[in-house]
Amino acid sequence: MNLTLKIWRQKDAASKGGIQTYPLGGVEPDMSFLEMLDVLNQELIDKGEEPVVFDHDCREGICGTCSLQINGEPHGPDRGVTTCQLHMRMFKDGDTITIEPFRAKAFPVIKDLVVDRSSFERIQQAGGYISVNTSGNTQDANSIPIPKDQADAAFYAATCIGCGACVAACKNASAMLFTSAKVSQMALLPQGEIEADRRVLAMVEQMDKEGFGNCTNTGACEIECPKGISLENIARMNREYLRASVK
Amino acid sequence: MGVLDSKVPQGLLAEKWVNHKNKINLVNPANKRNIDIILVGTGLAGGSAAATLAELGYNVKTFCYQDSPRRAHSIAAQGGINAAKNYQGDGDSDYRLFYDTVKGGDYRSRESNVYRLAEVSGNIIDQCVAQGVPFAREYGGLLDNRSFGGVLVSRTFYAKGQTGQQLLLGCYSAMNRQINRGKIQSYTRHEMLDVVLVDGKARGIIARDLVTGEIERHSAHAVVIASGGYGNVFFLSTNAMGSNVTAAWKVHKKGAFFANPCFTQIHPTCIPVSGEHQSKLTLMSESLRNDGRIWVPKKLEDAKAIREGKLKPTQLAEEDRDYYLERRYPAFGNLVPRDVASRAAKERCDAGFGVNKTGEAVYLDFSAAFMRYGKEAVSTQKIENASEEQIRELGKAVVEAKYGNLFQMYEKIVDENPYQTPMKIYPAVHYTMGGLWVDYNLQTTVPGLYAAGEANFSDHGANRLGASALMQGLADGYFVLPYTMGDYLANDIRTGKIPTDSPEFDEAERNIRGQLERFLNTKGTKSVDYFHKRLGKIMWDKVGMSRNATGLKEAISEIKALREEFWNEVRVPGTIDSMNPELEKAGRVADFLELGELFAKDALHREESCGGHFREEYQTEEGEALRDDENFMYVAAWEYTGEPANAILHKEELKYENIEVKTRSYK
Repeated sequence: MNLTLKIWRQKDAASKGGIQTYPLGGVEPDMSFLEMLDVLNQELIDKGEEPVVFDHDCREGICGTCSLQINGEPHGPDRGVTTCQLHMRMFKDGDTITIEPFRAKAFPVIKDLVVDRSSFERIQQAGGYISVNTSGNTQDANSIPIPKDQADAAFYAATCIGCGACVAACKNASAMLFTSAKVSQMALLPQGEIEADRRVLAMVEQMDKEGFGNCTNTGACEIECPKGISLENIARMNREYLRASVK
Repeated sequence: MGVLDSKVPQGLLAEKWVNHKNKINLVNPANKRNIDIILVGTGLAGGSAAATLAELGYNVKTFCYQDSPRRAHSIAAQGGINAAKNYQGDGDSDYRLFYDTVKGGDYRSRESNVYRLAEVSGNIIDQCVAQGVPFAREYGGLLDNRSFGGVLVSRTFYAKGQTGQQLLLGCYSAMNRQINRGKIQSYTRHEMLDVVLVDGKARGIIARDLVTGEIERHSAHAVVIASGGYGNVFFLSTNAMGSNVTAAWKVHKKGAFFANPCFTQIHPTCIPVSGEHQSKLTLMSESLRNDGRIWVPKKLEDAKAIREGKLKPTQLAEEDRDYYLERRYPAFGNLVPRDVASRAAKERCDAGFGVNKTGEAVYLDFSAAFMRYGKEAVSTQKIENASEEQIRELGKAVVEAKYGNLFQMYEKIVDENPYQTPMKIYPAVHYTMGGLWVDYNLQTTVPGLYAAGEANFSDHGANRLGASALMQGLADGYFVLPYTMGDYLANDIRTGKIPTDSPEFDEAERNIRGQLERFLNTKGTKSVDYFHKRLGKIMWDKVGMSRNATGLKEAISEIKALREEFWNEVRVPGTIDSMNPELEKAGRVADFLELGELFAKDALHREESCGGHFREEYQTEEGEALRDDENFMYVAAWEYTGEPANAILHKEELKYENIEVKTRSYK
């Protein structure tokens, strides 16, 4: 396959960036999208140019490091996958592909396609935990039975990989899907219920502080989420928040 | 015994840990506030240690190269975590978990450490549930278990196919609580480039901020290396792209012995290599072997027809299939340990029975499981006169509920639907049992320097059993280091803050800066990846699933030559004072090029086959590994003296007082 790549290049956070065009040949359908970028970078290095910097690590769709806005969509045209699992068979010979970083005020660009997602970190640090010490003197794991449906719902909320696609997909750059997934996981479990009020208030406050936008229920986040995190989580967080605020 | 003192406490096996904890020194809460600890790596071992040490009151700094501690590669672990809870009532106990782990490791691990691991395993599950880890449950609301390779009980706890992520998120949330309290300072996008020794003790590190390129000094009273394994020395592995040996290798060069580097796990069920462009390999969880059956065609002509695309696996009659694991190992069948399953796959493919274009793939087939679960569903749902198709569909739904995300991942990568045609799999480098030598307290041969999780060597011997890595990481971090480090730090309550303007820090920083500048100034003709791929090929061909003396000697000289070429010919673009992934990779590959040689040297010196280390010269008539307990029942701990070739061997003899050393058989 021969492709034309239009890639956002930006020297550092302070510099102004812009799109540059790179023709690339020899792309195979079995390559992953990131392997395609590896090929491009190899060519750039051989030519004595600086390679395109992008975030990636596990390359199996679980660490949540990779990002990229591909032809306007977070993680590209395929559904239920991260960019590292996106394969070139989703594209055609002769295609032009535009590759940009995730865009959001709360995700400033660090370099080229790499953004700073530490705002997500701070939301979780604000209250995304259950306050138990790791002493080992906890009660037996089976002492509180949890209905399977409830445990499964908590698990599905917990499958969020924190990649930020929900924010990049949202016209308001809202982090509601992310934050609500974290709030939901713990709110659904008896262990997390005890400090549920404190948690939701603290996490939402931090989310607002970071400059994420508001949720207007377009549902774009759910569609682009590589893990299929459900909008139900947002509804749950709103309920949790309301209950906690009127107390 | 020489310079190695394992510091294993006296007394009965089952009482060692309790007695040890009762006797070691403690640091009082007020004094803990005056003590700093650095943790390198924030996976299950580093993250759990950081959270617990901070809870206790120490000042903790964590370092990870990822942009969040939650992205450490523990996150990718799929199948589960072992614990001797005996919830299934199938006869499990601490002793059995200990026994299985020592046997699974082919009698090359330290008895006392493994017993302690088994002893604290139950607590790990309690702890994780209290933290909100959403493990799989049964309809009654209690925790579910499944079975993994090399054992005869069901002791594996799991969260679908992403147990690693769920455990790491638990650990990360415990860290977040301490970050919020100000007890942990989390340095993300930072890479440790050297350890700093003052008066022979580990007193800090040199790290590079991967965003600004700034080289930083951080001091502490103790340093923990929890930076994972070195599987990426093979270039292609199931490790994350950034996984590296640098932290472990740099401390090795400063005096920490490196143990059993040749003990590397090749995991039997990974997605086969598809082409030259391949950047990494993807694991398909061992849990799939609970329900999948592994086979190749019985006849060579069928295998050939399949490779040429003239025959489909689903067209092959039952009697034309060779379920070679069930045939060779009837007692354990498809759930033999990983080393055994991997070698058996290689043996069949080498004999010409491979089933993909490259001839390096076998089938993992779920059709029998679809029918088995389907029949169960028909019975519980009281469906009468169900057709075969209906049964199969019901069974597929059960399999989807268990392994749905793995099947989806497979389909996205391979572009084939594993519900309709068997998966194709092949072994790939996955885990390294070898690592920094540590004593019972997890301290390396450098005072104040500890190693935990995959980065140390201690618990898995020559082969790790499935679902034991997560257990070990959390055991080390939650339940071992917080006690044993106190014993050492009790002597540091009057030391005060360690200054970073000492000559030792000056020198360490100068050396690191020099190395980075040299990479940039070499201005050679070949990229870092070019060298990494060549190193990987040497390792896979000559130091991989089976090894022999000739190949190993060749590998040693080839790696040495490649290393020289690397230093003269590497091209690293960009600058030192900016985000520069090529510069990061150059440092990592430079260390892999040294480790690779020691790895081959270790494999050459170990004239026996055990666990993941298979020497062709030492095998039984049936092709099974042939140990030499008389001459090699020891840990090989290597001391660095300037060149990997000149490393000095120290032996820690292994004594088995609570388990009978036998030939490992899974027949």
